[in-house]
Amino acid sequence: MNDKGKIIAGIIIFFAMVTSPFWYNMFMEKTPPPKVVLTAKAQAAEKCVRDTKYMKANHMQLLDEWRDTVVRKAERIYVNAEGKEFTMSLTKTCLDCHSNYTEFCERCHQYASIEPHCWDCHINNPKENN
Amino acid sequence: MEDSRRQFLKIAGVAALGMGTVPVVKAVAASGGHGPQPHTRKGDDALSATQWGLVIDTTKMNHELVEHIVEACHKTHNVPAITADKVGEKTAIAHEIKWIWETHYHHAFTDKHSNYMSEDVEERPFLVLCNHCEEPPCTQACPTEATFKRPDGIVIMDFHRCIGCRFCMAACPYGSRSFNFRDPRPFIEETNLAFPTRSKGVVEKCNFCAERLAVGQAPACVEASEGAIVFGDLEDPNSEIREVLREHYTIRRKVTLGTGPAVYYII
Amino acid sequence: MLEYAIKGDKKYYGWIAVLLGLIGVGFGFYLWQLKFGLGITGLSRDVSWGFYIAQLTYMVGVAAGGVMVVLPCYLHDYKAFGRITVLGEFLAIAALIVCMLSVVVDLGQPMRVLNVILHPSPHSMLFYDMLVLNGYLLLNLIVGWNVLQAERNGTHYPMWVKPLIYLSIPFAISIHTVTAFLYCGLPGRHFWLTAILAPRFLASAFAAGPALLVILALIIRKVSDFDPGREQIQTLAKIITYALIANLFFFGCELFVAFYSNIPGHMDHIKYLFVGMHGHGVLVPWMWSSMALMVLALILLIPPITRQNESVLAVACIMLFIGAWIDKGLGLISAGFVPNPLHEVNEYLPTFPEVMITIGVYAIGALVLTILYKITIGVKEEVRA
Repeated sequence: MNDKGKIIAGIIIFFAMVTSPFWYNMFMEKTPPPKVVLTAKAQAAEKCVRDTKYMKANHMQLLDEWRDTVVRKAERIYVNAEGKEFTMSLTKTCLDCHSNYTEFCERCHQYASIEPHCWDCHINNPKENN
Repeated sequence: MEDSRRQFLKIAGVAALGMGTVPVVKAVAASGGHGPQPHTRKGDDALSATQWGLVIDTTKMNHELVEHIVEACHKTHNVPAITADKVGEKTAIAHEIKWIWETHYHHAFTDKHSNYMSEDVEERPFLVLCNHCEEPPCTQACPTEATFKRPDGIVIMDFHRCIGCRFCMAACPYGSRSFNFRDPRPFIEETNLAFPTRSKGVVEKCNFCAERLAVGQAPACVEASEGAIVFGDLEDPNSEIREVLREHYTIRRKVTLGTGPAVYYII
Repeated sequence: MLEYAIKGDKKYYGWIAVLLGLIGVGFGFYLWQLKFGLGITGLSRDVSWGFYIAQLTYMVGVAAGGVMVVLPCYLHDYKAFGRITVLGEFLAIAALIVCMLSVVVDLGQPMRVLNVILHPSPHSMLFYDMLVLNGYLLLNLIVGWNVLQAERNGTHYPMWVKPLIYLSIPFAISIHTVTAFLYCGLPGRHFWLTAILAPRFLASAFAAGPALLVILALIIRKVSDFDPGREQIQTLAKIITYALIANLFFFGCELFVAFYSNIPGHMDHIKYLFVGMHGHGVLVPWMWSSMALMVLALILLIPPITRQNESVLAVACIMLFIGAWIDKGLGLISAGFVPNPLHEVNEYLPTFPEVMITIGVYAIGALVLTILYKITIGVKEEVRA
């Protein structure tokens, strides 16, 4: 056990490296969480397909359910708990209200370093002339 | 000393089991579910069938009409135009994506070759596309059920699930399927904003305009055909398509293979 | 036993460095393919499977060839082969890794590959291929490792290994039968739609797999103190000879059925391969070379006097391996797709990036094989010392 000193030193250095993101956040200037902009239409609607808290945490799961239901079950109408009906479509429903992709969807995704593949196929600027 | 490791593992196992129940308890608590739950349904205008089919009246076809039909389909669905002037002739043929296209009789009906053919039929343009077979070899081949036969007979692609293995392309006896060898977006001349594009690495083909049927519209090719293409439910004896099939002699492609194609041709 | 793999001389590490270099280059090209799409290959709308799937088809046969050592040894008590069963099993592991990597590099959306497990499709032959390839890989790993370890410890392998050894025999047959079933159940591809495709695959597998094993055994004898054994190599040579006869005979049967019946659908694809069609014939010289190589190999293998000369045997095995690779790899796949279902001709040849990615995949297989064989040689040398 005559390497004890080196081993303990190594463990401490490793621990420091692994927890470095937390030290960085504690002592350096933090990037503020993103501010998303609601379009006039979205503000007027007040409530999304589901309530805001649910959408923030679960919109990915909801979209997953939507895509399987539309393609595999051939059903296109979503009826939420209040009985309000929506067409299940990312571009035609979600982006119809939230038509400012760069100021809405992209902001949080960029902050969290997420690159969803949805936009490879689904059009994210249906209201702009392209 | 020997028992302490065993004891440690036992306690660790129980602890892990205990901690594993926390998310389950949380989920059960959250799914309170008082009152109506969200659900899904078909649209009121949605058209339905047991087996969708087409009858293409080739006697009414000419080059302009055929071109118009192909354009209607490809424009509606953002099918890319990977042409020779953009990528060179060889690559254009290799990477071509087509859902419906024009060909000649002896290419459409390879089992009905004849040395002495009616001049009219020899010159006539024939439209070929996915036949939405009753017993599709492509859906049998797909290892993820990314392509599958819907209850209404349409053989459809789930682009979210396709792994791009192209087994379905090998299986299709009609050559109806195309693969995205590259990103299609630079080659889409006029994007239809109401329909997605595809990404590179997935297979695509005619989807019988499932998105149009869902809102009560006829398939784009039918609408553009000026009556030369009829669509309907092959299993409904009272449908228009069945009426047309009773009145005319029709043929289908490669019938001996047993695939049961749902696209009929009036010669 | 892993320590045997890190105790090598300059030549060993030099070889590993070469392999790592090839892997790096192949990986670089693969990154390009991930970015651009499969358009960097020579694949097309008509010939949608090509070089990558050809490697799957061929190497799955080489992997099945390992059973040609296991079967006589364990089922028929041919104890001589007991000396080299581990070599056959480790070759199968390396070959299977090449197979599975070939599939992954061929996928348009490789990040979704787990969909095959998440959404099981028992009607699809690719689903069963995934199952049996992985199953056979696991079996060979467990059996090979335990048998080698037992040899090193001077004991008999544990009894629970025996049923796994027996299981590996039908698995070996199944990996190649299922791969053949990928092709021979497709109604639209008349070149492949023949009951003899699976037997033809097996015959060429039992020729090519042991042929590679013979070549590797001769190399092992040269670079180490372990001699796989003259008798073992000769028995393998006899198996190879019969398998090659079967392979060429089956091909002859195909030729008869197509050309005697005179049915265009049957003849067209063979004509495309050997004389070209509509002015397209890029594979013609390859196919004739393949036939020449296999026939020449057979001429060298049949007479005992040439077969028993190990230098001639080595040449025959190399010719057979390459000839069968051209026939089963390039020829089989291209001919299935050309002419296309509308009787149009669009040809296929792999592109440079496609070949480099494939070389990278083979280099990974060679690396795995080198390491496993180094360990095997280390154990065998030590036991015999």
